Amino acid sequence: MDAVTLGRLQFGITTVYHFFFVPLTIGLSFLVALMETLYVQSGREVYLRMTKFWGKLFVINFAVGVVTGIVQEFQFGMNWSEYSRFVGDIFGAPLAIEALLAFFLESTFIGIWIFGWDKLSKGLHAAVMWVVAIGVNVSAFWILIANAFMQQPVGYVLRHGRAEMQDFLALILNPTSWVMVPHTVAAGFVTASFFVMGISAYYLLRRQHVDLFKRSFQIAAIVGVGAATLVALYGHSQAQHIVEVQPMKMAAAEALWRTEEPASFSLLTIGDLSQREEVFSIRLPRMLCLLAYNNLNCKVQGIYDLQEQYVNQFGPGDYFPPVAVIYWSFRIMVGIGFILLGLALWGVFLVMGDLFEKRHRGLRLFVWAIPLPYLANASGWIMTEMGRFPWVVYGLMKIEDGVSLVVPGGSVLFTTLLYTLVYGLLMAAAIFLWTKFIKAGPEPAPTGHEPEADFIPTLAGAQD
Amino acid sequence: MSLNTLWFIFIAVLYIGFFVLEGFDFGVGILLPFLSRDKDPQQVDVKRRLMINTIGPHWDGNEVWLLTAGGATFAAFPHWYATFFSGFYLALFILLLALIARGVAFEFRGKDDAPRWRSLWDWSIFLGSLVPALLLGVAFGNLARGVPIDANMQYAGGFFNLLNPYALLAGVTAVVAFALYGAIFIALKTDGEIRQKAHALAGKLWIASVIVMAALLVSTYFQTDILDKLGVNPGVVPIVGMAAMLAAGYFIHKRMEGWSFAMVAVGIAFTVATMFLILYPRVMISSLDPAYSLTITNASSSPYTLRVMTIVTLIFLPVVLIYQAWSYWVFRKRLTVESRLVY
Repeated sequence: MDAVTLGRLQFGITTVYHFFFVPLTIGLSFLVALMETLYVQSGREVYLRMTKFWGKLFVINFAVGVVTGIVQEFQFGMNWSEYSRFVGDIFGAPLAIEALLAFFLESTFIGIWIFGWDKLSKGLHAAVMWVVAIGVNVSAFWILIANAFMQQPVGYVLRHGRAEMQDFLALILNPTSWVMVPHTVAAGFVTASFFVMGISAYYLLRRQHVDLFKRSFQIAAIVGVGAATLVALYGHSQAQHIVEVQPMKMAAAEALWRTEEPASFSLLTIGDLSQREEVFSIRLPRMLCLLAYNNLNCKVQGIYDLQEQYVNQFGPGDYFPPVAVIYWSFRIMVGIGFILLGLALWGVFLVMGDLFEKRHRGLRLFVWAIPLPYLANASGWIMTEMGRFPWVVYGLMKIEDGVSLVVPGGSVLFTTLLYTLVYGLLMAAAIFLWTKFIKAGPEPAPTGHEPEADFIPTLAGAQD
Repeated sequence: MSLNTLWFIFIAVLYIGFFVLEGFDFGVGILLPFLSRDKDPQQVDVKRRLMINTIGPHWDGNEVWLLTAGGATFAAFPHWYATFFSGFYLALFILLLALIARGVAFEFRGKDDAPRWRSLWDWSIFLGSLVPALLLGVAFGNLARGVPIDANMQYAGGFFNLLNPYALLAGVTAVVAFALYGAIFIALKTDGEIRQKAHALAGKLWIASVIVMAALLVSTYFQTDILDKLGVNPGVVPIVGMAAMLAAGYFIHKRMEGWSFAMVAVGIAFTVATMFLILYPRVMISSLDPAYSLTITNASSSPYTLRVMTIVTLIFLPVVLIYQAWSYWVFRKRLTVESRLVY
């Protein structure tokens, strides 16, 4: 493997891994802040124990997210120095602003939150968690502004052999970021909701800490429905935007080889090994038009026609993206998205009717659903990033031109292997701690009045 | 003053902020195995927890100074970022691994009490503090001394070029000075036996720091172009730095912890500032040909970007300083073995 392939592999591994932790941080920071606010407002002990239980799982996740984020900040210069020279003027700015506005905020305030339980008033302590949640989301915003530039370069001018910033406002108002930010942030909330619902379901199945986990489930189910709906709506907007600005990505996501009018949606396509011809396909007529243009009569360009068009536009070259990867990652993402939306709706239905006892066994689905958002998040990024092939900055710079010139392939291989090893160990340690704390459960309710005592007999009654 | 100079100053300020803040928490990590010695293994753990908890609320916010310095270099001087980060590739990689291990170690260590678990993370904290201190010292030594950079702004050396005696001396200086700084911080933030021990150790580390810093100063006259840049009398910045380090010895002797801490902070800040004075107006000195050096002009972003970033920084950097200062104020109380420890 050459340095380019290895560099891409390293970026892929470290970024997908980093993004394994980020979405939960995005959503759970908000949920924990909400729980603590409920505690402050109601004064009820159960919300305090809830905050501490989820807070503990949150900080484990946060720690791994932070340390793997450092690698991201340095990796552009280390592996992609020519990319960094080319776009630093416009791409470096949102990264630096992210560090200054968000990274400082979340890192400082999470420390105050973890250590500040007996140093701050209740209200102030809850407010600190809100600041963390805001910091996390501001961070997501700026990183996505940077990524959006790679998807759809705006606000720049080509000067001195590089992309220089010409309009900061245009960079922030990049149309891509305005579909990407809500989609990604909402996906973070979905991830956190299913994390909370899944673990709550585990406890409800075992009829332990019922009061605490019923309430947790309620909060997560409501947030989950809203977030899953937003993910779907903005996913749809994003598809419509992609067909305009990166038609090749959409064509690959649909395995649409030749231009179609009206365009069909692929239900299942199997291609040959070259990924250049299909072997078998079931397609729904006109349905791609609904997805891409909200109508039933449209023309969507196919891969071969786009290849020809790009050759005319950008010069000779291979503009075929890895169709199978994009096709399947798109389907996994969308498929899971709809499953989660359905599950979240069912969760709200359980909550509204207080049906936890009656539909007791179905709660297992929520335990099993915990990994699904992670799979969807990773698939979404794989589609977004690999679908931009062969560009590192769409239309401006090809991937192989961005790689560091002075870093030998052997070094990249060495670091990739060590990152994988260390990240694997980190994951093992995090999962060990999660399992331990999930099994241990929340702190026991304070002695005296036991609020759960009222509830447990009814559940026990239902069981008889 | 041009925006390019202003951005050179901003980046110097970010690095100085980083060394002044993370310096003592690196120091605490370096001293973790040494200041916790006890016959009773239970007591060893209590002491380690006490030490870790003095920096517990702060280390993460401190580390962001380095990340922001990196991000700001990317935004303001893309060529500096690209040449530096791709050139010092393996050194930075080791730095990253060390920081990763250290960061999770603080969070994970206290969450299980199996001795092997704790020992794993204690090693991570120790090496995760020692190695970055050493590597950053080496990196800054090399920045001041110059590294092989070719006509195309590319680093033309290897990993072992970075391990020259001068740079290694700078690395050792960083380790020793941070250990001193950490010992004073522990003395400042704890009470009881450990405070006394930290105090005694600070006295010894002060002597070691002054010796290595003096050696670094002397070799700087031979290894860098400080004579051309600053002259035989190097001006007020390095002198203040050295004077503060010497004054720290007096305050350590008098057991005035606050003053000792402040003096070492000033000493570190002005030493780093001296390095940036030697560098200016270059950002990376080429040892092959002065004409190949990266400067604040040929490595910078466009004036427009610098203007945007200046506005953002002038608004938000003071805000960062305010809330970080608040976080130190919240946790101003000394810790003792009786304190409720989080980590």
